[in-house]
Amino acid sequence: MTIALHIDNLTKRFNELVAVDKISLDIDHGEIFGLLGPNGAGKTTTISMLSTMLKPTSGSATVNGIDIERNEDGVRKSIGIVFQDQSLDEELTAWENMDFHGRLYRVPADLRKQRITELLNLVELENRKDDIVKTFSGGMRRRLEIARGLLHHPAVLFLDEPTLGLDPQTRNHLWQYIATLAKEKGITIILTTHYMEEADQLCNRVAIIDHGKIIALDAPKNLKDGIGGDVVTIKSPDPAAVVAAMSEPWITRVEQHNDEVVINLKNAEQHISAIVTLLNAKQVDIESLAIHKPTLEDVFLFFTGKTIRDEEADHKTNMRMYQRMVRH
Amino acid sequence: MDIVYAIWLRNMKRYVRSKSRIIGSISMPLFFLLFLGFGLNSVVTLPGIGGNYIVFLIPGIVSMSVLFTSVFSGIQIIWDKQFGFLKETLVAPVSRLEIMLGQTLGGATTAVIQGFMILILSLFIGLHVSNPAGFLVALGFMILIGISFTAFGIAIASRMDDMTGFQLIMNFVVFPIFGLSGALFPISSLPSWMAPITLVDPLTYGVEGIRYGLTGTSQVNPLICVVVISGFTVLMTILGAFLFRKIRF
Repeated sequence: MTIALHIDNLTKRFNELVAVDKISLDIDHGEIFGLLGPNGAGKTTTISMLSTMLKPTSGSATVNGIDIERNEDGVRKSIGIVFQDQSLDEELTAWENMDFHGRLYRVPADLRKQRITELLNLVELENRKDDIVKTFSGGMRRRLEIARGLLHHPAVLFLDEPTLGLDPQTRNHLWQYIATLAKEKGITIILTTHYMEEADQLCNRVAIIDHGKIIALDAPKNLKDGIGGDVVTIKSPDPAAVVAAMSEPWITRVEQHNDEVVINLKNAEQHISAIVTLLNAKQVDIESLAIHKPTLEDVFLFFTGKTIRDEEADHKTNMRMYQRMVRH
Repeated sequence: MDIVYAIWLRNMKRYVRSKSRIIGSISMPLFFLLFLGFGLNSVVTLPGIGGNYIVFLIPGIVSMSVLFTSVFSGIQIIWDKQFGFLKETLVAPVSRLEIMLGQTLGGATTAVIQGFMILILSLFIGLHVSNPAGFLVALGFMILIGISFTAFGIAIASRMDDMTGFQLIMNFVVFPIFGLSGALFPISSLPSWMAPITLVDPLTYGVEGIRYGLTGTSQVNPLICVVVISGFTVLMTILGAFLFRKIRF
C-alpha cells in the first residue's frame, strides 16, 4: 500500500483559537477516510490546509507525496475538491461547468470531451447536460460537483460535508455514488462529516476530531467494538441512584449525562431483567429504558463525555462569546 | 493563454445569456443620448467648437456605456465570491494573474460591445463617420477604457465582501468620473478652477480620444489622450492584479 496522505503535527491557529491542534495521520491509497466531528471541530480547516487554501501555522503534510507548502501547484493538480458550500456557476449548463473545469486543469480537448461524457453518465446527469445549473436540485448539484472534481483524474478527492443539507433519500443515493467511485476509480477519498451514520457506512477508517484534536482513529467497527459492547440508556428522576446501583461485574462502564445514565455492557439483552431487578430492589424509578448496538455517536460520547449535539451547542455559545468579545 | 481564454469564454457565455443585463445597460446611455441630445440640441451652443450638440454628445455617451459596463463587470467577481464559484477557480493549479487577466478581458469585451451598440444606434441620429480610420481610433479608445475600468472594478471587488458598498462606489466614484470627463459638455466651458479636476480624470482622455476619432476634433491632443489612457490602463491592470492576488479563500 502506498501512502496517499501523510500529515505530521499539522497545526492551525487563528489568534487565540487553535483550530487544528497537532494532527498526525497517514492515509493509504484507495482508502475512504472520514474526518468526523461536530461543527467547528477543525475538519474544514484541516481540508483547507491539505488543499493549499490555507497555510498551516506549523507542522507539515504531503498529498500524493507532494509537500503542501513547497509545491502548491503540484498538490492542486493531484487533488479534486468538493467544497462545503456550492461552487458551481449557476448560469452555465452542467456541460459548460465541466468544460470550464477541464480547461482550468488543462485537460486536452478530446480527452476532456470523453471524460465529461463518462463522468456525467456516472452521476446520471447525462440527459441534463445542456440544462442550466440554476434548474438543478441540491442533490443534482452535489453530483455534478463530485463529477467535476474527478475530471482531471486527481489522486485524492476531498469531500467537505458532501451531504449537508440534502434529504435522507438523496443522501443515501449519494453515498452509493461515493462508494462506487472509490471502487471504480481507485482513488483516495477524504470526507468530512458530522453525520455519524455517513462515516459509519462509507468510510474504511474514521478519525474522530474534537476541538482540533484527533481523539480516536480506527475502522468504524473497531471503534464501536472498543467502547465495551452494547449501550443501555436509562432515564430516571434520580440518575445518581441508578449509577450507584450499577456495580455488577458484567457492566463495563456507567456514565451519567443529565437525567440519563448510559451503561456499556456485552450482550445487553441477557442482562436487562437483571438491571431492572437491581433498580427495583433499590426502589429507583425508571422513566424509560433503551438498548441499542453501539454507533459512532456512542463512540463520540465515550471519548468526549458529550454528545455531538451538546458539542455543537457549546461551539455556538463559544462563537457567540467570541464575537461579542471582538465587537467590544 | 488557454486559461485566460477559458475565463474569457465563461464571461462571454454569461453575457450572451443575460438579456436583461444587455438591455438594461444599453437603455440608460440611450435615454441620456436621446433626452439630452434632442432636448438640448437647439438650446446649446458649443463655444469655440461649433457643430451640433448631439454629435458632440455621442462620444461621451459611448464612453459612458463602456465605463459603466466595465466597472460593473469587474465588480461582478463579488458575486463569484458570494456564490462560491471563485473558490473553484482559485483552487485550480493556475496563477492568479491568468484568472485576473481573463476576467479583465472578458469584462472589457462586454463593455466594448455595449459601447459599440450605442455607436451603431448613433449612426441613425446624426453621427456621420467620414473616415473609417477614425472609427478604428474610437474603437481603440473604447478598448482601453474597457480594460482599464474593468481592472479598476476588479481592484475594488477584491477589497469588498458583498455588494453593499456597490452603490457607494457608483455614486461617489464612477458617477463623478463620468460627470467630470467632458462627456456631456466641453471641458473648456467649466470655470477655470474646475478645469484641472477634469484633467486629472482619466476618462477625459478616453472621451476626447473617441471624440477625435468620430468627429475629427477634440479639446485635448489625441496623442496625449493615447499616452494617458494607455498609462492608466497599465496602472489599473497592475493594481487589479495586485489586489486580486491578495484575495483570501
